[in-house]
Amino acid sequence: MTQTTQPNAIDFRAITKVFGGVKALDAVDFSVGMGEVHCLAGENGSGKSTLIKIITGVYQPESGADMSLFGETIARVSPATARSKGIAVIWQDLALFPEMTVVENIAFETLLGNRPRRVRHADLRQRATAALAQLEVQIDLNARLGTLPIAQRQIVAIARALVSDAKLIFMDEPTASLTQAETDALLHVVRTLSARGVAVVFVSHRLAEVLDISSRVTVLRDGKLVGVYPTAGMSQSRLTELMTGRTFDQSVAAQDRSAAPVVMQVAGLSRRGEFADVSFALHQGEVLGLTGLIGAGRTELAHVLFGMSRADAGTVTLNGQVVRFGSNRDAVAAGVAYVSEDRLSLGLIQPQSISDNAVLAVLPRISGPSGLLSGKAQDDLVAHWISELAVKIGQPGDAVSTLSGGNQQRVVLAKWLATAPKVLILDCPTVGVDVGARAGIFRIVRDLAAKGLAILLISDEVTEVYLNADRILHMAAGRMVGEYDPHRTSIPELEGAVYA
Amino acid sequence: MRNFLRAYPAEAKLLIVLVLMVLGLSLASPNFLTLGNVSSLLNNNAVNVIWATGLLVVLIAGGIDISFAVAASVVQYLCVYAFAAIGGGNWAIGLLFAGTFGIGLGLINAFLIHQFRIISIVVTISTFNAFFGLLMFFSSGRFLYNLPSWWSGRVILWEHQSADGTWAELTIVFAVMLAAMVATWALIRHTTTGRQLYAFGDNAEGARRVGINVGLMQAIAFGWCGMMAGIGGLMQANITKEVVPNALIGRELDVLAAVVLGGARLGGGRGSVLGCFLGVLLVAITQNGLNLLGVSPYAFKMIVGLIILLAISTSNIDLAAMMAPRRKER
Repeated sequence: MTQTTQPNAIDFRAITKVFGGVKALDAVDFSVGMGEVHCLAGENGSGKSTLIKIITGVYQPESGADMSLFGETIARVSPATARSKGIAVIWQDLALFPEMTVVENIAFETLLGNRPRRVRHADLRQRATAALAQLEVQIDLNARLGTLPIAQRQIVAIARALVSDAKLIFMDEPTASLTQAETDALLHVVRTLSARGVAVVFVSHRLAEVLDISSRVTVLRDGKLVGVYPTAGMSQSRLTELMTGRTFDQSVAAQDRSAAPVVMQVAGLSRRGEFADVSFALHQGEVLGLTGLIGAGRTELAHVLFGMSRADAGTVTLNGQVVRFGSNRDAVAAGVAYVSEDRLSLGLIQPQSISDNAVLAVLPRISGPSGLLSGKAQDDLVAHWISELAVKIGQPGDAVSTLSGGNQQRVVLAKWLATAPKVLILDCPTVGVDVGARAGIFRIVRDLAAKGLAILLISDEVTEVYLNADRILHMAAGRMVGEYDPHRTSIPELEGAVYA
Repeated sequence: MRNFLRAYPAEAKLLIVLVLMVLGLSLASPNFLTLGNVSSLLNNNAVNVIWATGLLVVLIAGGIDISFAVAASVVQYLCVYAFAAIGGGNWAIGLLFAGTFGIGLGLINAFLIHQFRIISIVVTISTFNAFFGLLMFFSSGRFLYNLPSWWSGRVILWEHQSADGTWAELTIVFAVMLAAMVATWALIRHTTTGRQLYAFGDNAEGARRVGINVGLMQAIAFGWCGMMAGIGGLMQANITKEVVPNALIGRELDVLAAVVLGGARLGGGRGSVLGCFLGVLLVAITQNGLNLLGVSPYAFKMIVGLIILLAISTSNIDLAAMMAPRRKER
């Protein structure tokens, strides 16, 4: 190795970690330069989080590891040494205090210590102001954190790391719930940090932004190092291949379904303050993509179509009959199913079993004449959908929380498919699902459409709808502003329209 | 004004309701807004306020304590025997003993919660029963009247005779209440420990990751609550001049309701001393008002219950937003 004038921020070599006989990491090397923006890529279970936990001292690697931080060889990294060396992690759940003010959240470091001291409010405020100034952002310092949007909370978490003099910041899926504009703002902050010599390690499922922001990417697969690559010249599909070890069909799946009968016809649908004058037709066997930024009114529209809120004007026609849903129970009875965007909290009851989750929407149908649930009817139904959707599970009785993101999403699908819907609304079905599992979910979506189900696919990832929908509707500020045929458009053109 | 509304929405609402009630009652009854009535209201509710400041700290730290009123009874008995053993004592020694015994009982709760990772409501329901059972067993339910004279004597700090000959006065109980409020306010607002308590109650996992000593937080919260329980017990005995084993049981729920009325959140991370004080006062003024208006005492509990229900169910109304300059319709 050549001796450079500046040491690396992190230089870890031959990192192995064994859990119960399984190698979570197998002789992995990982290095990040000073002020570098580096991406750590890999599917769920590839060892990314284990690696972060070793670098931050939460886990200790097996013997044989060679670790140095900022040019100094360290025999054993504890959480305290990692922190004192200036390594900070911004967890996906942020670990902030929603009831406290922005000032206190940013400058919390100065409030630590077992011995009570007087709180110097002016000092806290000064530190918080300085940290935000470094990031070149403005946030109301007196606001209660819980009242801020996620994007600003993220900035607060980063500012907190700066107050504790972080020189290397890990960001775990920082953009998972941000809109495009917010993501851009965050990426700007990351560049600002990098220009100030703070290294940032970015962990994200969103490959486009990974390639956009970082200079190098370290790819892990099944606990092994695939390689370290410069991002210049790297394409999304190449990165996907490296992460999964498989190639994916990147061709457009769209087919013309306009000859098929219309299942759902929406005309002039409006709801004050949410969306206005929305009209479209959804054909049998069609996957209709609906894209637009977060806040465009997509989810609000879905809520009306599913009977969870009511339109002020306009009509929804289902198989030729005008329907007015009083509640989502009416919608389910009429054959509409809705897979919500917030799968973890709204779509599944995490501690309950896979089997119980899967039959939740059809309990009356699996009850006997006595009104009691029939165990056999439940088992049959669950077995049918588990094999139909190829859900990878241990036992149907296991808790849903034991499944991976992709398999959880399949259980949600099973729950709604069990209601035998005619229209299936999928709201951001791949949030938090990694690349390999996404392909599986879209294969199911295409299969369902081929069997005649009409599907409304809502997503803010343009590539997703481009590759998987038959037609694409673009919604902005509560209105339909465009319709696209994937065969006659391109991803850059579509992105230009949506993210403009 | 807007900042106050934004930082203390529950307190601001409570204050408005209280002002309206005071206005209404002073119009309805000439006896309400008199020095005599107001001072007796304050004296009679001081113990509840003392307890409320203790419970507030536990609620802020994300816990709950059902056992403090019974703990106060235990402290009263311990004090009677301790004072007898040292041959009398005085107020300084009394406060020291009562506070220390209370802290001891509070630390039992904190230890069980932290060491065995049991949620606080389960632990304190258990200690509620355990404390009460032990107290009844060892006291055999006996009342104690032989309190030292300093303890049972009235200590009047301020008095005033009105033109109509009625007396108004403030006692040592009121002074101790003020001290408890100031001390709690200083702890939770102006010490690093206090801010850590808020953070811990708000997001326990986040607090642990940022490096807060979680065990210490439980000890301080329940220790403080225990201390206030003990001191409140001491002051209660000064008012009643006797110690009765089952006299305080049930008071924990009144105090809990008042603290929650005052804006403390059962989930932790929110609450203020002002809110506690106003919460206790609201319940007290309601009862006092009903009394003056000649409503049957049997209806009190029902009406107080309805008021608490009303207050909690309207707690989502956002006054700060209503005060905000009207934005243009989009």
